[in-house]
Amino acid sequence: MTTATEPSKGSFRLSMLLYDTRYRSTTIQVVALLGFMLAAAWLINNVIENLAASGKTFDYRFLWEPAGYDINQRLIEYNSQSTHARAAVVGLLNTLLVAAMGCVTATVIGVFLGILRLSRNWIVSRLAAVYVEAFRNVPVLLWIVLVMAIAIEFFPAPRDFKGENPAATMKFFDMVAITNRGVYLPRPQFANGFGDVVLFGGAWSLNLNVVAVLAVLIASFWISGRIRRWADRVQEETGDRPATWHMRLAVIVLPTAVLLWALGFHFQYPVLKGFGFKGGIHMRNSLLALWLALSLYTGAFIAENVRAGIMAISKGQTEAAAALGLRPGKIMRLVILPQALRVIVPPLISQYLNLTKNSSLAIAVGYMDITGTLGGITLNQTGREMETLLLLMLCYLIISLSISAVMNYYNEKTKLKER
Amino acid sequence: MKKTILLGALTVAGLAAGTAAAATLDDVKARGKLNCGVSTGLVGFAAPDASGEWAGYDVAICRAVAAAVLADPTAVEFVPTTGKTRFTALASGEVDMLARNTTWTFTRDVDLKFEFVGINYYDGQGFMVPKSLGVTSAKDLDGATVCIQTGTTTELNLADFFRSNNMSYEPVPIETNAEAQQQYLAGACDTLTTDASGLAATRAAFENPGDHVVLPEIISKEPLGPLVRHGDQQWGDIVRWTLNALITAEELGITSANIDELAKGTNNPEINRLLGTEGDLGGMFGLDKQWAYRAIKAGGNFGEIFEKNIGENTPLGLSRGLNALWTEGGLIYSPPFR
Amino acid sequence: MGGAKSSIGYVRTEMLGEKPPPPTSVGVIGWMRQNLFSDILSTILTLLSLYLVYSVLAGVLPWMLKGIWNASSLNECREIIAESYGEGTEAACWAVIRERFWQLMYGFYPSDMYWRPNLALILLFAALAPVLFDKAPRWMLVFSVAVPFIGPWLLWGGTIWTPVAAFLGFVIGFFVNRYVARATGTLAGLLAGVVAAIVWWLFLAEAFSDALASVLPLAIETVESRKFGGFMLAITLGITGIALSFPLGIVLALGRQSNLVIVKSLCVGFIEFIRGVPLITLLFVASVLLNYFLPKGTEFDIILRVMIMITLFSAAYMAEVIRGGLAALPRGQYEAADALGLTYWQAQRLIIMPQALKISIPSIVSTFIGLFKDTTLVSIIGLADPIGWAKLIQSNAEWNGIVWELYGFIAFVFFIFCYLMSRYSMYLERKLQTGH
Repeated sequence: MTTATEPSKGSFRLSMLLYDTRYRSTTIQVVALLGFMLAAAWLINNVIENLAASGKTFDYRFLWEPAGYDINQRLIEYNSQSTHARAAVVGLLNTLLVAAMGCVTATVIGVFLGILRLSRNWIVSRLAAVYVEAFRNVPVLLWIVLVMAIAIEFFPAPRDFKGENPAATMKFFDMVAITNRGVYLPRPQFANGFGDVVLFGGAWSLNLNVVAVLAVLIASFWISGRIRRWADRVQEETGDRPATWHMRLAVIVLPTAVLLWALGFHFQYPVLKGFGFKGGIHMRNSLLALWLALSLYTGAFIAENVRAGIMAISKGQTEAAAALGLRPGKIMRLVILPQALRVIVPPLISQYLNLTKNSSLAIAVGYMDITGTLGGITLNQTGREMETLLLLMLCYLIISLSISAVMNYYNEKTKLKER
Repeated sequence: MKKTILLGALTVAGLAAGTAAAATLDDVKARGKLNCGVSTGLVGFAAPDASGEWAGYDVAICRAVAAAVLADPTAVEFVPTTGKTRFTALASGEVDMLARNTTWTFTRDVDLKFEFVGINYYDGQGFMVPKSLGVTSAKDLDGATVCIQTGTTTELNLADFFRSNNMSYEPVPIETNAEAQQQYLAGACDTLTTDASGLAATRAAFENPGDHVVLPEIISKEPLGPLVRHGDQQWGDIVRWTLNALITAEELGITSANIDELAKGTNNPEINRLLGTEGDLGGMFGLDKQWAYRAIKAGGNFGEIFEKNIGENTPLGLSRGLNALWTEGGLIYSPPFR
Repeated sequence: MGGAKSSIGYVRTEMLGEKPPPPTSVGVIGWMRQNLFSDILSTILTLLSLYLVYSVLAGVLPWMLKGIWNASSLNECREIIAESYGEGTEAACWAVIRERFWQLMYGFYPSDMYWRPNLALILLFAALAPVLFDKAPRWMLVFSVAVPFIGPWLLWGGTIWTPVAAFLGFVIGFFVNRYVARATGTLAGLLAGVVAAIVWWLFLAEAFSDALASVLPLAIETVESRKFGGFMLAITLGITGIALSFPLGIVLALGRQSNLVIVKSLCVGFIEFIRGVPLITLLFVASVLLNYFLPKGTEFDIILRVMIMITLFSAAYMAEVIRGGLAALPRGQYEAADALGLTYWQAQRLIIMPQALKISIPSIVSTFIGLFKDTTLVSIIGLADPIGWAKLIQSNAEWNGIVWELYGFIAFVFFIFCYLMSRYSMYLERKLQTGH
């Protein structure tokens, strides 16, 4: 706001707080802050009074008491004698797992269908449109429930695998079992190795074999990157690009393969035993249904973003690139995509945010995410609504803010430099 | 004290004003309606029928209390509550009483500050398995996949049971009974566990109930009963003695069919006291003489309510078992009316 | 060319008539060649798609079409299916929809009063007409003013004087603002207006409406909000959420754009907090925590508590939508307003907001669609929205075990609503683009 006249100096009057533009903004802010603090104080006072009236306290000590319930999918050690805090962490990890898996598949589905929707094939583009409309216009909660119901009703039960003439058989050379309790996959295992290391006084343990394999892989990729840069340099200097793919492949595959062999790497296959399948990695139905429903739902939105992003790039760009003599593949990779990404990525990341938040609907299929453990059974068993819900919201807030931070960083980096 | 907040654009009609701590009876009378917390649908215990009328075993308790207090068994607002919201709804005064399959436990009674007024159903957690599984005892369930309804005491009992028997299991937590049933039938879990009454209800709805058995082990005690807030003794007494009136009515042979006859006066002083032809029991807690007469008239005595909603002639087909009168080998017992 | 007659013998002197294009490139065949079988990949995709469509339809259509419409319980339904199509046939049991249709639509709302929500919805469209269609006559604005008061009155019922009193609050606020603003200044006027309106609503309005109601008892039967259910509940929650969050969203968006640090950070904090947590946690707050934050003794019923949380929730999203609209305005508009010497509020009211809001209408419609879909979450806290009703129906002994018909029907109705709205929002987007 600009002031036309030079304000008179000196002699401060109280009314200037309201009429003088130099002070007015401060006044408004102070009033707003006071109002906010009064409102906050009023709310907190109400809480204290209400808690006192109902004879409750506000403390988090219950977190260190035994939870008493079991959780089926646990990425870290947990049993019913573990604490509520640990149950919350198990839930948090489950949330992060399904969110990460969902983001990856939603992106793949979204990009694929976004491109299919622009296909010149009429029926394919129609089908993609039907998919997008169907998923965008029906609540995600319904999709989660429906996908779960489909998984339960249409996949064979473990009992169908039994007997002389089983109604169902294992797939992929008896390595994978698809049942309505989930999918059983082969589990990678090490016959010998470095063993585990225990961190934080027994609270966490880390498998050193996995660490070693990861370290070797990262190192291999780093070296492979160096080779590529070396090839780039040679190409710039001489115009000829040395063939490096066999070197790079060898660098990536060989050390890891040797290490895996040395560690005695093998797969443990699921087998039918007792009431159902034992061994292998068990991807539970609840995880699958939630993962699939979230990916399909969010994928529909991403498909629209991708379509809008590609359509936002003018045809002139394609034609100009073609005129320069680039081949179609390179046109997409070097000209269209980098520009389209600027349009696609910001809404894409907010879709990731939505997916992560929607994963809280896990409760509808009994997937034990943090809403199911901390905000569900723990809340019910301890009766501490205030503490658990505040902690729950804090967890989600931290996840969301981290994702937003990534988004802002990206936006800042790829902003069109104007004027 | 009555406080009303008016929202500018929103009209006030939906606002309920009242106090949580003070006399619930006065509130209910002033409102002309009893707010009763029930479950969000449980076969035989509480569900709205095609015409939108709530019916069921828990619902009948609410109606009896409404009949006793307000002289109108239909003057009830049923508030569906989930396992999570039920205690808050009661504590905050949103409902006057809770008749929602709630297990009477120490912490709920003492720590959560509620008052269980009695037990209307003695239940226990059991297991149901398909006959084809060949399991005859819960002890054989080592390694089984177990469907459980969350938000109840069931998951704690289950964890304790398997832990103390050194067995492993795979819990499949499920939010509603309908989904539990679907998963169990499709074979997504080997066994379904919840209160034995719930198992019976679920089994009754199957296409072929005969293919499933409820295992003999009952792994917990689940005394279910209506509850009210701590601190309002008068209201607690009304709900407690309404329940007792229903039980006593069965004991004394008062049914909805013969109650009008008996209310004219009998030779049995206890019937007379109960039905208000002798003495003034109702007046002692702020009701009139006819309160118990109306409560019994509303849906019949305890036995009639049981038979009508969950008894052997209903789809649930529950036998009285522990819930028979003490005179018939059960645990249902009411202190005397005198 | 043309014209001059050629002397060379082998040069044709007149043009040949146009030949029809080959039959393979016109009509159905041509269209199919171009759009379905243009190359090998396309052909494979076409065949795959056709197979997909066939297998889905072959699975679902018979089940749907064989459906039974007349039965009073699932078991009866199964018997009828076994009788008419033979044992083991899968067929839908639509009878549950037929029997419970009105419950899925209106919940416990008294059936003789269905006209009230219907009328409220029609009035709502009338009120939105000036916004939605260019050609709506100006007198329709009367609806826009009246419906926010008449609509809730129709839904909840009670005396007519309650909405009148609520409306009077705005009138009083407006006049106090006018008067004080003339005497002192804009800001003081605004504050005085707001305070006067709040004082009226909190302390005087009830007495006023009670007094008038006793003199002239114009009232319709009261319906408590816990009677609301089914799609009516979803729509009511969605619309009140959007409508109430609209002013709040504008304030938050302006606050976020302002250069007053404290105001800005308060607004940013609120918006980011709400957008950072899932709606379900906010609904948990509404169902188990909100009572702790209110003075002892005040008690809203659960649907009003949910409305409060949904309003706060959508306000944050609305603020971002409106901020987008503000950001899309060219800077020149702000500068022009400054150059004319308009104050901040004048500029907002006359120049900025009308344009920014117009730009944001499609996004507001999308926000509404999102919110409408999100109302299904209230079933998790035990409210009887369509999904909640599905659970209630399943817990009747007659319909215990029914799944697909109920959820399929609910998904279908949601699809119809949301699809139409999203089409409309696209149409608006196109219209606004050309108009700009």
